[in-house]
Amino acid sequence: MTETIIKTTSDQTDFGNYISLLKPRVMSLVVFTAAVGLIVAPGSMNVVLAFASVLFIALGAGASGSLNMWWDADIDSIMKRTQERPVPSGKVSANNAMLVGLWMSVLSVGMLGLASNWLAAALLAFTIFFYAVIYSMWLKRSTPQNIVIGGAAGAFPPMVGWVAASGSVSIEAIGMFMLIFMWTPPHFWALALFMNEDYSKAGIPMLTVTHGKKSTRNHILTYTVLLTPFSIGLAFTSIGGPIYFTLSIILSLMFLLGSLKLFRRNEKIATEDNYTDERKLFKFSLFYLFLLFTALLIEALMRSLDISLIAWPQVF
Amino acid sequence: MTDEEIRKIRKKNNLILGLILVAFVALVFSITVAKMMGGATLEAYDHVRRPQLEDIK
Repeated sequence: MTETIIKTTSDQTDFGNYISLLKPRVMSLVVFTAAVGLIVAPGSMNVVLAFASVLFIALGAGASGSLNMWWDADIDSIMKRTQERPVPSGKVSANNAMLVGLWMSVLSVGMLGLASNWLAAALLAFTIFFYAVIYSMWLKRSTPQNIVIGGAAGAFPPMVGWVAASGSVSIEAIGMFMLIFMWTPPHFWALALFMNEDYSKAGIPMLTVTHGKKSTRNHILTYTVLLTPFSIGLAFTSIGGPIYFTLSIILSLMFLLGSLKLFRRNEKIATEDNYTDERKLFKFSLFYLFLLFTALLIEALMRSLDISLIAWPQVF
Repeated sequence: MTDEEIRKIRKKNNLILGLILVAFVALVFSITVAKMMGGATLEAYDHVRRPQLEDIK
């Protein structure tokens, strides 16, 4: 944290700025994946407890977002994408962001423990610690692998949801974790390709900054190839099925083609069309994850209604 | 920012915070009721011998 960053904070700020501290867009993805993890898990859960569990997982994600904004205020004020966040824009003081983050962490973990079970609460605590300390404070500024390892923080919510409902970790929870974990690098590197200037100015060692864009394009393709078996493999666990399988094949092929396209492009072409394909792949990757988790939800719904399209092998 | 504007924002923030606290109390109450209805861990001795709670070897 440097001294140069933050504009003068006014005494009174709108409540909405505190909501922005929690990164609502990230929270919405967390709510969705955690809810899917909870719904597809075996056993039944009281609807009030299920709602409360998802709410507290989301609050935990918000808490880590707030801690991230407190810690990263100096670099956020340099990057165009993050300049308007509440702390660098002076709407909320860094100290308040830290306090909100810490208290919400305690509240969300404690309440998740009471609403579901303490294993889920411990996993949520670890997720917050991983995002705020391991990723924000350590990896983000020290290694180009920041996104690869840090991606684990975003991969935990469906696992926490699963454990909240079932009480234990299983192959399906690990499968959902791996899906998001392997998805994160190509997703963020696609963003980094057209936001490179921001990261470069802020001195964040993103792959695009340390190894160049050509290497980043290679990495995107490699990681998309590595993602594919995890994406399709989930179809052969107890939460998969023919609908998920079909969708995972189509979406994986589209993701691979998009990555291959980026791999074949060079900076000259990308600059000329203002990184059109890179932006497309970034947006597509969001759809990819959303649709795959929606497919898991549909499979769960069909199982609960006892609808079976064809006999489906369960390998894992 | 004028005093009037600050007063308005403060009033709005307090109202929102108040509503959040009421919602939180309602949620904790609902969780308590849901947990008690589940009743899974509520079994205990109540001055009567309960063989099902004893280790039978």
